[in-house]
Amino acid sequence: MNNFKKDFPLLASQDIVYLDSAATTQKPQCVIDAVNNFYKSFNSNIHSGVYTISEKATTAYEDARQKVASFINAGDPSQIIFTKGTTESTNLVASCFVQDLIKNGDKIVISIMEHHSNLVPWQQIAQQKHATLEYLYLNDNYEIDKKELNKIDKNTKFVAITMVSNVLGTVVDVKNIIKKAHSVGAVVLVDAAQAIAHKQIDVKDLDADFLAFSGHKIYAPLGIGVLFGKKQLLEKMRPYMFGGHMIEYVNEQSTTFAPLPNKFEAGTQNVGGAVGLAAALDYVNKIGYKQIETIESELVNYALSKINKLPYVKAYISPNKNSRSGVLSFNIVGLHPHDVATVLNTQNVCVRSGNHCAQPLLSYLGINSTVRASFAIYNTKEDVDKLVEAIEYTFDKFKKYLR
Amino acid sequence: MDQFEQLYGELIMEHAMNSHNKRGINSPTCSSLGHNPSCGDKISLEAKIENGKIVDMGFSGEGCAISQSSTSMMIDLLKGKSVDQAKQLIEIFLKMIKRESVTQEEKKLLKNARVFENVSNMPSRAKCATLSWHTLEDLLNKLNNN
Repeated sequence: MNNFKKDFPLLASQDIVYLDSAATTQKPQCVIDAVNNFYKSFNSNIHSGVYTISEKATTAYEDARQKVASFINAGDPSQIIFTKGTTESTNLVASCFVQDLIKNGDKIVISIMEHHSNLVPWQQIAQQKHATLEYLYLNDNYEIDKKELNKIDKNTKFVAITMVSNVLGTVVDVKNIIKKAHSVGAVVLVDAAQAIAHKQIDVKDLDADFLAFSGHKIYAPLGIGVLFGKKQLLEKMRPYMFGGHMIEYVNEQSTTFAPLPNKFEAGTQNVGGAVGLAAALDYVNKIGYKQIETIESELVNYALSKINKLPYVKAYISPNKNSRSGVLSFNIVGLHPHDVATVLNTQNVCVRSGNHCAQPLLSYLGINSTVRASFAIYNTKEDVDKLVEAIEYTFDKFKKYLR
Repeated sequence: MDQFEQLYGELIMEHAMNSHNKRGINSPTCSSLGHNPSCGDKISLEAKIENGKIVDMGFSGEGCAISQSSTSMMIDLLKGKSVDQAKQLIEIFLKMIKRESVTQEEKKLLKNARVFENVSNMPSRAKCATLSWHTLEDLLNKLNNN
């Protein structure tokens, strides 16, 4: 069906069905080569060395920033801050912006689908400031109803919203939510962690104030992530960490800080990670989101049609094809997801089980945990067939114990 | 024995799906709640401890086959034991799962609960097997402090 699996040496060399790309994606050879080449031929620290390989490393790092800026249509690359990942990006915004923004009695609005990394930071601030944390809830199709947006009102100062749920795969109309939030003067952060590898993102079109994602979910190495912020917001914000590279002048008793983006990049940066991220974005650009969406939606629809034929499986996914992304959560009725995932592993099928760092969502749905299969560009219908066979095998093994 | 049976043998599945220890007990003297944050499972232990001896013990709550059966076998093993003996056995079990050195004689003391040795090479599932043992350990330690 597709030829992309051969680009990923881990998948090409092992007999496994990898269906946990929502946790982290595998890395294509071009990314591994780019990182390898950095460490092999121009590894050095950036921004300070005047020698050739340091200049080369600095250029590669800043080129990566430029590449990210173009990739999400951010314009000025100084609006791109490199972080460790989505979690550091949301925490940066929490500490340096929302902490100062929220006052007693204000409201923060998020959805019930948020990952803990886009929930706990705001919950902490709401507690400290005696502000209200209000949730947008879901309808029977696991989507946010338009009427829920009325919760975004004149008391709302900040909205944090995921673009794609990491449990349900629901695609959220963030553009509409941003429009609503801006109409009441609220600032919006978009969590694009689960969207970045699957949907074209245009921060100007969305009019997002902040947008966060992790490189490792879009075929880049672990440990490199991105925070986009509008320049006028980033400029007003306090620094996140203090140290080298983020300063302008340091006197014995006072310091002035570097301009953007360095103000938010204290200490030695993950240059190898940035180089790998740049290579990953090139790889995705070469394939194109149109092809990615076609392949992945076919996979999810195919998987769902097969899983729906198994009477003992319950899937947690929107019935609307347009609301789905590359995630499919399910349970075998009467079996615990950890047991299911363990037995699927004996059939070389790698899936995630648990609460997927979204405990409030699972409580809301009235379940403890799910099995989650998630898809990426390298998956095939054959992978789905093996998943379904493994689910049938699991049920078969356990069924005599089911009451 | 295939991979499935190594982990989900008859003994484990019998305890997991149909445990005689999954029940409330008469006049418990103490109880404790164990929680596995990775899956949201909660297991509640109730015990009746008199004169330094575990007279009765039961559990409730949902969980995977590993945690349910491990809890049930733990109760079979420790009911009727003194608090000190129970603590020693808990220590042996936890050491076995953490792959620390445990003698064959010590393993024999664990009786049926020895089957969980196979879980020790699966770090993510080891938490399921040890959940109730840690919960009981905490409960017994608190008794001493009171």
